[in-house]
Amino acid sequence: MLQKDVLPMKAEKADKRLSAKPVITGSEAVIRSLIAEGVDTIFGYPGGAIMPIYDALYDFQDQVHHILVRHEQGATHAAQGYARSSGKVGVAFATSGPGATNLVTGLADAYMDSTPMVCITGQVAASLLGTDAFQETDVIGITMPITKWNIQVTRQEDIPGAIAKAFYIARSGRPGPVLVDITKNAQVGECEYEYVPCTHIRSYQPVPELRLDAVKEAAALINSAKKPYLLVGHGVLLSGAEKELIALAEKAQIPMASTLLGLSAVPVDHPLYVGLLGMHGNYAPNILTGECDTVIAVGMRFDDRVTGDVSTYVANAKVIHIEIDAAEINKIIKADVALHADAKTALQALLKEVQPAKHDEWLAEFRAADKKEYDKVQHNELYPETGELKMAEVVRLISEKTKGEAVLVTDVGQHQMIASRYYRFKNPNTNITSGGMGTMGFSLPAAMGAKMGTPEKEVVAVIGDGCFQMTLQELGTIYQSKIGVKIVILNNNFLGMVRQWQQLFFDKRYSSTEMVNPDFVQIAKGFFIPGKKVTAREDISAAIDEMLATDGAYLLEVVVEKEDNVFPMIPAGTPVTTIRLE
Amino acid sequence: MQKEYTVTVYTEDRIGITNRITIIFTRRGINITSLTTAETEISGVYKFIITVMSTREKLDKVVGQIERLIEIHRAFVHEEDEVVYQELALYKISTKSLESGDIERLIRDHHARILTITADYFVIEKTGHQQELTDFIKKLEPYGLIEYSKSGRVAIVKWSRRFHEHLKELQASSEA
Ligand SMILES: Cc1ncc(C[n+]2csc(CCOP(=O)(O)OP(=O)(O)O)c2C)c(N)n1
Repeated sequence: MLQKDVLPMKAEKADKRLSAKPVITGSEAVIRSLIAEGVDTIFGYPGGAIMPIYDALYDFQDQVHHILVRHEQGATHAAQGYARSSGKVGVAFATSGPGATNLVTGLADAYMDSTPMVCITGQVAASLLGTDAFQETDVIGITMPITKWNIQVTRQEDIPGAIAKAFYIARSGRPGPVLVDITKNAQVGECEYEYVPCTHIRSYQPVPELRLDAVKEAAALINSAKKPYLLVGHGVLLSGAEKELIALAEKAQIPMASTLLGLSAVPVDHPLYVGLLGMHGNYAPNILTGECDTVIAVGMRFDDRVTGDVSTYVANAKVIHIEIDAAEINKIIKADVALHADAKTALQALLKEVQPAKHDEWLAEFRAADKKEYDKVQHNELYPETGELKMAEVVRLISEKTKGEAVLVTDVGQHQMIASRYYRFKNPNTNITSGGMGTMGFSLPAAMGAKMGTPEKEVVAVIGDGCFQMTLQELGTIYQSKIGVKIVILNNNFLGMVRQWQQLFFDKRYSSTEMVNPDFVQIAKGFFIPGKKVTAREDISAAIDEMLATDGAYLLEVVVEKEDNVFPMIPAGTPVTTIRLE
Repeated sequence: MQKEYTVTVYTEDRIGITNRITIIFTRRGINITSLTTAETEISGVYKFIITVMSTREKLDKVVGQIERLIEIHRAFVHEEDEVVYQELALYKISTKSLESGDIERLIRDHHARILTITADYFVIEKTGHQQELTDFIKKLEPYGLIEYSKSGRVAIVKWSRRFHEHLKELQASSEA
């Protein structure tokens, strides 16, 4: 104790010393390191093992904003939403034991969807590690398969280095979540502080070098293609390659289709954009994967929801795969030419080598198939005149009224697929959804994070009644932190997507999918959030106007058709070319 | 087709790295039949030598996923004829059996050697391929085998020169 009095504790005091390096606690080093990385927002939940870090945070409130979530899962999804909308690294805090285990779903989700995130957990003192101490959990062991990297820090002097590495790894190459577990002794111990950003790890090469011979080979394939086809994945957004992608498509007149996470990379109204790939994607882009002769897959990983039965997927095409992660190349679909590189670099190089071309007949094939889908499915969905409200018409109205410029955050289920199909995205990074994991409960906290990351944008969460009830406690966070998100619950009183499968593949045996729901508007009211429930078609437009005109958060519950189905649909594991329109 | 492969992995010295590597095999349902690890000629760099029964196709993907780990330098799959390999076995035999002369001959004929002798038992060491080592057990059995212990595989890759140089460069660059 006496010693502390002679050692300057606070940074201001220490800064004044002649010595360049202040002596501070590990906890203060955590906060200062985060600030050095440009962190201005942290989502978290305190507890015993992380209290020193929260205590240090108290002194830096003017520089970092801590958002107290209501569940640690909410902190991770909020950090994801923040990262996906702003392009920065999302940060979440949790205590040891139950706090840390509550991060697992969000970490796994961020890992699957390549979202840069740094989670910091408190841990019991190093002397207690491995003894089943109170609230001790082997969070390093648990999160090993679902983090890009994780580390346990047991000495305060290692904190700045670990955080520097964490940020470098989280954001570089193929981004991903990183977890830093810090023992309590390291949080309270003191050390000299110096922050050196990490720029290199000798066993890690985040940005591969593009091979020009491969670019030439790929260009030759594209130049000789009759039916070239661009598949747009999340990697396009992650590398900021939207312009290059569109330039390439325009130069050689190549149709572009998007994966679920690639949505918003290309404006929906772009003349060469042909729609959404995958199980509930559009008809034309799926069926024509069977026709194309050259596929240029950019920053996408051939998820089984996109490919269906892989043995027949793009079977008649040469495949060019642009991918930053070597492990994804040839993992699912064999590439004829692999461009192991950052998407932006690869597309820039390709653009130089690709010749201008026209593919009018090929594009016309898409339009013909589009018409079929429009007549059979879309028209009735978007503009019904009788019957109960449909999810699609609600999404259409939201899309029109926000001019496609909102950040659309969707949860998981029918509403997700409908929103992804019908929202007319205009700008990059405005589609935030749980793609690889399909985590119910994702969207409310993710929307919260997205609003914090891009406060200048309208953020609309479209949520199913089931999903909402998985993380609805975050309404408390939204209220406390005055986060102006618009929440639209599409309530069909069912776990709709599961019910759809039961209808189609389980003989309508609706086993545990019907939901008896609470009064959602009343719940919002309990959290001091205004709201409205709409059941009639004539009220929906005004209600959306009211929601968008409201300053701050708003909850709109829309009662929609109970047993509506999402079509087109590709039954799991079947060839995508067998896509069903009804 | 399933057959035995050797996988080598060069890693940084890092707590938990074994776990990180092995869960990648586990996820794909591949059983590791032996695993040996030790520091390489470059300080701070470790080499894992893993034998598995699997297919080339699966293992190429596993190796890709292993290389994705931050602390991994490189990982390789090797066919049987691409590596020179040995395993080491120790056999503990009752000392009584030494009284009969022919066990000495057995040891000599099989290029084994005696490591230690006590009043109760003595320990024989033999290196070779797995099959030779287990065959030797059968021969020793009549003399009173008390305990048997075998290492995992140690392997030298026939074409590894470039990688050694790569590691040396890495070390030089990180020291600079
Ligand atoms: C955490 C979690 N549990 C279960 C599932 C399986 N699941 C996928 S969609 C779905 C139904 C979602 O229902 P709801 O939120 O009402 O949306 P709807 O499909 O009706 O639009 C379920 C249960 C999941 N994806 N995530």
